[in-house]
Amino acid sequence: MATRTQFENSSEIGVFSKLTNAYCLTAIGSSENFYSTFETELVEHIPVVKTSIAGTRVIGRMCVGNKNGILLPNSTTDQELQHIRNSIPDSVVVQRIDERLSALGNCVSCNDYVALIHTDLDKETEELIADVLNVEVFRQTIAGNILVGSYCVFSNVGGLVHPHTSVEDLDELSSLLQVPLVAGTVNRGSEVIGAGLVANDWTAFCGFDTTATELSVIESIFKLRGAQPSAVVQEMRASLIDTLT
Amino acid sequence: MAQSYASNMFEVAHTVGTVLCPMCGVSMPPNPANICVTCLRTQVDITEGLQKSVTILFCPDCSSYLQPPRTWVKAQLESKELLTFCLKRLKNLNKVRLVDAGFVWTEPHSKRIKVKLKIQKEVMHGAIMEQRYVVEYVVEDHMCDSCSRNAANPDQWVASVQVRQKVDHKRTFFYLEQVILKHSAASQAINIKQIHEGVDFFFASRSHALKFVDFLGNVVPVRGRHDKQLVSHDPKSNHYNYKFTFSVEICPVCKDDLICLPQKAAAAMGNIGPLVLCQRVSNSLLLLDPQSLRSVFVDATQYWRTPYKSLLTSRQLIEYVVLDVEPEHTIAGNGKFALAQVQVARVSDFGKNDLIFTSKTHLAHLLNPGDHALGYDLYGANLNDSELDKYKNLVLPDVVLVKKSYEEKRQKRRGKPRPWKLKNLPMEVDVVVKGRTDEDKRINDYEKFMDELEEDPELRANVALYRNAEYGEQSDIGSMTDGEEPPSIPIEELLADLQLEEDDGAAENVDENMEDI
Repeated sequence: MATRTQFENSSEIGVFSKLTNAYCLTAIGSSENFYSTFETELVEHIPVVKTSIAGTRVIGRMCVGNKNGILLPNSTTDQELQHIRNSIPDSVVVQRIDERLSALGNCVSCNDYVALIHTDLDKETEELIADVLNVEVFRQTIAGNILVGSYCVFSNVGGLVHPHTSVEDLDELSSLLQVPLVAGTVNRGSEVIGAGLVANDWTAFCGFDTTATELSVIESIFKLRGAQPSAVVQEMRASLIDTLT
Repeated sequence: MAQSYASNMFEVAHTVGTVLCPMCGVSMPPNPANICVTCLRTQVDITEGLQKSVTILFCPDCSSYLQPPRTWVKAQLESKELLTFCLKRLKNLNKVRLVDAGFVWTEPHSKRIKVKLKIQKEVMHGAIMEQRYVVEYVVEDHMCDSCSRNAANPDQWVASVQVRQKVDHKRTFFYLEQVILKHSAASQAINIKQIHEGVDFFFASRSHALKFVDFLGNVVPVRGRHDKQLVSHDPKSNHYNYKFTFSVEICPVCKDDLICLPQKAAAAMGNIGPLVLCQRVSNSLLLLDPQSLRSVFVDATQYWRTPYKSLLTSRQLIEYVVLDVEPEHTIAGNGKFALAQVQVARVSDFGKNDLIFTSKTHLAHLLNPGDHALGYDLYGANLNDSELDKYKNLVLPDVVLVKKSYEEKRQKRRGKPRPWKLKNLPMEVDVVVKGRTDEDKRINDYEKFMDELEEDPELRANVALYRNAEYGEQSDIGSMTDGEEPPSIPIEELLADLQLEEDDGAAENVDENMEDI
């Protein structure tokens, strides 16, 4: 199920949260509502951590991560780094990187295996992303936009990209990522997908303005209907048994 | 393939995909708003804030429409002019792009005009929307000013302004007429009547009369009083109908008059005079002492506190011949006056006696020996003035020169039309005063007034002069200031006259259409 929520009357929830298969970060708001929405959905499975990054609340735009690791911008304070390191599972590598384009969330988009990055990122950053997040890295644009993190969101299951993406681009991207992609919108026609939506393999959160049509597109491409973390294991077991037999 | 060879570049094909409309879920090509057109229509109304119903005023007499604030536009139903007018009346139309406009047919007697408009506007992240809508104009009947003036009964006035000047010539009124015409001050008057020693203006409302009285106060030194007469009243509903009369008296001192100031007035002005010449009359008098070149402005309140009359008026001017000029190098009034000792003789004395007068004059810069000049003959005058008698040991000069005379030079021009002409107020002349001698006097005064206009650029500044079409193209037009030729008016100052035969009275129309040559 995808859940609609908002952060202090803003529907751009992707700005204020980061969701992966192993952990979830949320911004520190004046009320607990935003955090609670995430906690209700996720508390049984992964840790939900309230944090700031470099003193700001726009944490979703500042960091990038998956189940293997998390990259934080250079401006992150030691205290924040330590807090994140303490709160998320030990298997996740936390790394601060020295990159000029410090809004990593806007420049990088990834799942657990592949990452699309901004065309102007440093060579060192590209190597760090590949090492820390344990992913294959592609320099890409989405419908002519270089901020790939802002204009697409994808999990290991599926992905949503900018509505103006052409059919050819969509084919190319989905063959790179090895997941089905669809062009669509969130927040009643907003094309900034990354700001309106966060998703992992079994759940997604989207902005409060998202309409039922948009929600159904999101649920179908991320295969969220009836999705449970255990369903992943069952599916895997079924395929394993299938190959064994 | 041929294309990619031609540009030597590999070109990626772009097939526009489809997205679902977030509102209705219909599949559509992506647009800037990312919402399908039907849903966008329901979301935003680009005609918001635009007028859908407008009231316009229509004069049924001349079938014209009021373009605020005051212009009336003549237009037929369903004409291009009417469409332009209708579109101009719409507010906020500049905030959208107008694509198309046209009339929707309405019954001519329905007092409704419908205009169908097609507009475009940018909405939501740069999507341009187009929409049609209809504006309804409610036509209200309202007589335009000129029609209502024509329709008004001139005898049914509410306020009258009686302008009077107790002098034996009409030149002030000729000047006043021109100033009124230039400022279209009497455009509200429903009737103008010329009577003995003055003019009566009749108005349909008191405020119009008040405005006119105010105007007069700014142009000439006046004093006035006002009265009202109860015509009818209805005490139950507290209605009172009055007729208002404003009496306006213009100061009897005119330009070029010789005045003997009362002792009190002379003392108040720093012992000027007491013999002074009136140089100019506007809302104040400019008095000049020709002996010392001192000048003072006397405004209306000052004048009416101690009123004085002219000792001699311009009718009593006689012509002199200048025999000798000795300039004294005293200049005043921005070089308009220069002091000199002159020797003059009366023209009428020539060949009869050898009387020569010596006097001081303020015209040193104009006069040369042999010139003719106009002046007051105090030597031969039989003065009968109580103010003059109060001065015990005052020595009067024999002659006071007033201005240079161009009479001789003008002789050859007599009877020929001037290159310019003036407009006239439509005045009703009282039958009682009309007579043979009066008419002659009037023509004579008018001629003098026109001469004065030619001589005095300052006077001319307040008057609108028009080119005379009857005057043939002659080479001698131009500014004549060398003293050899009589002064005339430079052609640049004349205005092209408009032949508005049917609408001559509507001064505001004339003003709008006047153009400099």
